Formats: sequence, C-alpha cells, structure tokens
Amino acid sequence: MIQANHQLDAKGLACPMPIVKTKKAITDLVEGQVLEVQATDKGSKADLAAWANTVGHQYLGTVEEGDVLYHYIRKGSNEPEVEKSFEHTVPLEAIESRKGLILDVREAAEYAFGHIEGAKSIPMGELESRLEELDKEKEIYVICRTGKRSDLAAQLLTKNGFSKVYNVLPGMTEWDGKITKDI
Amino acid sequence: MTVNKWTAANVARRVIDNEELFILDVRNADAFADWKIEGHKFEYLNIPYFELLDGVEEILPKIPTDKDVLVVCAKEGSSVMVAEMLSEEGREVGYLEGGMKSWSSYLEPIKVADLNNGGELYQFVRLGKGCLSYMVISEGEAAIIDAVRFTDVFTSFAKEKGVEIKHVFDTHLHADHISGGRHIAAETGATYYLPPKDASEVVFDYTALTDGLNVKIGSSQIDVNALYSPGHTIGSTSFVIDNQFLLTGDILFIDSIGRPDLAGLAEDWVGDLRETLYTRYRELAEDLVVLPAHFMIIDELNEDGTVARRLGDLFKDNHGLNIEDEAEFRSTVTDNLPPQPNAYEQIRQVNMGKISPDNDEQTEMEIGPNRCAVR
Repeated sequence: MIQANHQLDAKGLACPMPIVKTKKAITDLVEGQVLEVQATDKGSKADLAAWANTVGHQYLGTVEEGDVLYHYIRKGSNEPEVEKSFEHTVPLEAIESRKGLILDVREAAEYAFGHIEGAKSIPMGELESRLEELDKEKEIYVICRTGKRSDLAAQLLTKNGFSKVYNVLPGMTEWDGKITKDI
Repeated sequence: MTVNKWTAANVARRVIDNEELFILDVRNADAFADWKIEGHKFEYLNIPYFELLDGVEEILPKIPTDKDVLVVCAKEGSSVMVAEMLSEEGREVGYLEGGMKSWSSYLEPIKVADLNNGGELYQFVRLGKGCLSYMVISEGEAAIIDAVRFTDVFTSFAKEKGVEIKHVFDTHLHADHISGGRHIAAETGATYYLPPKDASEVVFDYTALTDGLNVKIGSSQIDVNALYSPGHTIGSTSFVIDNQFLLTGDILFIDSIGRPDLAGLAEDWVGDLRETLYTRYRELAEDLVVLPAHFMIIDELNEDGTVARRLGDLFKDNHGLNIEDEAEFRSTVTDNLPPQPNAYEQIRQVNMGKISPDNDEQTEMEIGPNRCAVR
C-alpha cells in the first residue's frame, strides 16, 4: 500500500462528490502532505488530476484495485520560492555518472509513483530520525521534486556530520531518464 | 428560478430542428475537446465543474440570458450542481438528464421514405455516437440493418408499427459500437445474418450474408439485395433496398469513406476498398440514395435530420471518391489515419461473442466520438 497522511473514503459517490469531498478534506492537511482518495467513480481520475492542477496541488497518480481507484494528491504550497542555500550542487544530468547514494527525500507516495532506479527513499520529515541508515563515508546525492526539500535535507545532513553531500538540481520534475515505480 | 430537466430526446429535437441552444459543458477540458453535443446552431462554453465549486459568479457574464441554457456533464450529477448554482443566481437553466452517457445512447427514428406498396424505411439516428441503423417495414414484417445495442428501441418500434422482425443484418463486424443484431434476433426469432468473412472468430451461430443474397420483406416483396463490398472489413456487405436505396455500411459515408485499419489490416484491405468504391459502386445506378451506417459531423445531416444523399452526388462531391491516383488513395487511407475509436478491440471481441461485459461496461466502451472514416 502506498503511504499517505490522510485517507478519504469517497467510494460509491458519483461525480461531483469525490472532488467536493477532496477539496474539503485537503484543507486539513499540512502543505506537502499526501491525501489518499478512495473512489469508485471512474471519471474521478481525469477530473482529480485536472482539478489538482488548476488549484496548485500535485496529483501523484492512481492505483486501481478491483473496483476501487486510489488517488494520491500532495497538498501544494502557496509559499513564495525560498532561496536555496546549500552550496554543493550537482546538475541532474550528471547524476548517472556519479558513484554514491541517491537519496530521494520526497514523500513515500511521490517516490512510489516514479523514482530513479536505485534511489533510497527517506521522506524529508523522517530524515532526522533515520540518519543511522546512511553511510558518512559515501557520497550522498539528495534529490526531491524541485530542489527545495533536498536543499534543506542537505543542510540537515551536513549539520549532522555528513561531509560528502550534494543537492541535485533542478530535481525530479526535469528528470527524463528511466523511472522505476513501486506500485 | 427553476432548474429544468432536459432529456436526450429534447436535445435531439433541437439538433434536428436546427434550433439554438447554449451548452455549458462542465466536463474536464480533455473530455470536451474529444467529444461534445453537436448542433448546427449550438454555442458552447466549457468550464469544468471543479472550477465552479466556490461559485458561479465569475462565469455569469458569459452565460446568455436571451437563449436556452443547458448544463451538461458526463453523467448528470455535476450538471445538476452547477445548474442549481446558476438558478440561485437568478438564471433559468436546464441540465441534461443522464448526461453525455444518455446522449451517447439516444436514438431518434426518422422516416427516410415510403417504399412501394405501403412499405416504409426508417433511419435510427444515434446523434451522440454518429451511428445509423435501419428498419425496413412492409405489410407486417420488418428487417433491421446495423442495429445498435439498445435492442428495446427496435423491438418497441416494431411493436408500435405492428410488424414482426423477420431478418436482422449486420453489414460487417463493427469495431466502433456494440451490435444489437444478434440479441434482437434471439429475442424475436428472426434470422441473424453476418458476412462469413468477418465472422471467422465469432462464437455464435449466424446465417451467412453473401453477395447476391435476396430477402423479400412482407407480401409486397420489398427487395433487400446484398452486394459484397469489402474494404472497411474483408466481409463488408452493402444492401440495395427496393431498387432505390444503397445501404453502404461503413464503406462509404456522406463526406468521407471507410477506414481499412480497424481490424489491423489496412495494407491488405486498401485494394478491396478501392475496388468497391471505384469499380463496384460505379456500376450502380447514380440515382440510388446512399444511406451509410455512420455520420461524422453534424453538417452531414439533412434538413429533416436524416443522413442520406444521392450516389451520383457523392461521386461528384465526396473527396474519397475522387482520388484518381491509386498511390495517393493508398496513402490517404493508410497514413495519417484519425485516432482509432475508443476500446475498438474490446468492442470487436464483444461483437464476436467472446466477451460479455455488463451494461455499464458497454457504455464505457462506447463513450466518445465515432471514428470509422477517412476524409
């Protein structure tokens, strides 16, 4: 099962209710969190994706199991772009030729719907408590969707004694190489 | 203000009578771009319902007050919501009962002509999908050609007319819509005919529809003559009815010609298509009135809502009948073909009797525009 912060049961509801309910439910989420919407209305897939796009949320994808569609949406941020401050960066194109670990700090659901093969998933929010999973001697290439979360993650790692850390820019939005899915 | 419920039949009347209508289509932009309710004098505004959840104030200036406004969505729910919001703003609007789903299913029977000795020929126009079915009636008997899957429309119509359905034909194995032919035959005891060359994989019994087959309807003996005319499929067969009408199936349309690729054999069948259109049909009387199994665009409808045109006129005006160069013809019907119809492979499986989806699944398969033609 794909990890989400909240679940919304919209099964058995016909259009427009799945979106009406989603719109309401997503207000309870913190920006960056993921909502799972369970629906049986087949039309909800195209509509949710289009709706998310118009209001600035990130539609991650849909998994079908039997008659139920599980949609994943990450709440968008209205905050202005923050200046990235971590100075060691690596362009996305170079990532395949580097040795070391690719650390994907996006939410588990984002990772599930598509990541670079071999990348390790530790969502930003869990990073501080999972530092022992990482090797300080190895190069770590931190990646997220647009470079914002990975910037913070790289700073956090450096503060905790990791020295071979790079932020991969711009991020998964521009990645056109092979994609691995965990769904 | 009241919210009016419109049926697909109400909307069909507007199309056929050439009347005005303002359609507020609240489906998402892709769905609207792919397929919508077409009318000669219809105007459209597409705003997805999910952009109107907070209110309709912003779109009010775009909604006319001097013509009828109909809100349309995929199934109905969202159009009711938006119609009620508009109503609260003081606008009188309607919504389409059953949404595009019901539009896709609606059939309007229109009389094409009176035949000899009191016979009648009806065209069943499925406006939402561009499908055309036919019923020949003569003295208590009826034959149906290319029936769509809403079998009760045909059986009720026959009952109303007091006729017994004796023969049911499919001009070919359809790939764009699910045939009702076999089921009507089973229900009424009629004979079901299918061209054997299209039927190599079917899993039910049928009577072979072959070149030269002649069936008489009623005691006045209205002639239904089969004419082998391959090209859209290898079995495609046309009918000449009462020496006046040419039912072309999916071979020749009013403003386009059949595509040869829906069974995956464009290269093989293009020669047959050419032979049918440029040789076989040329040998027929130019005064025959062509009645195809589809129309693509609303402009192909005549004033009375029928889709029919003299064969001689099509020889003059239909681009697909006027490509002298064989290589150019080949390229026209094999390269740059329009996208294939929704779920066409599954639809063929259903028509072969290999799979039996439920009603909802059938509706889902048939959703979207008809795409059987090349222009």
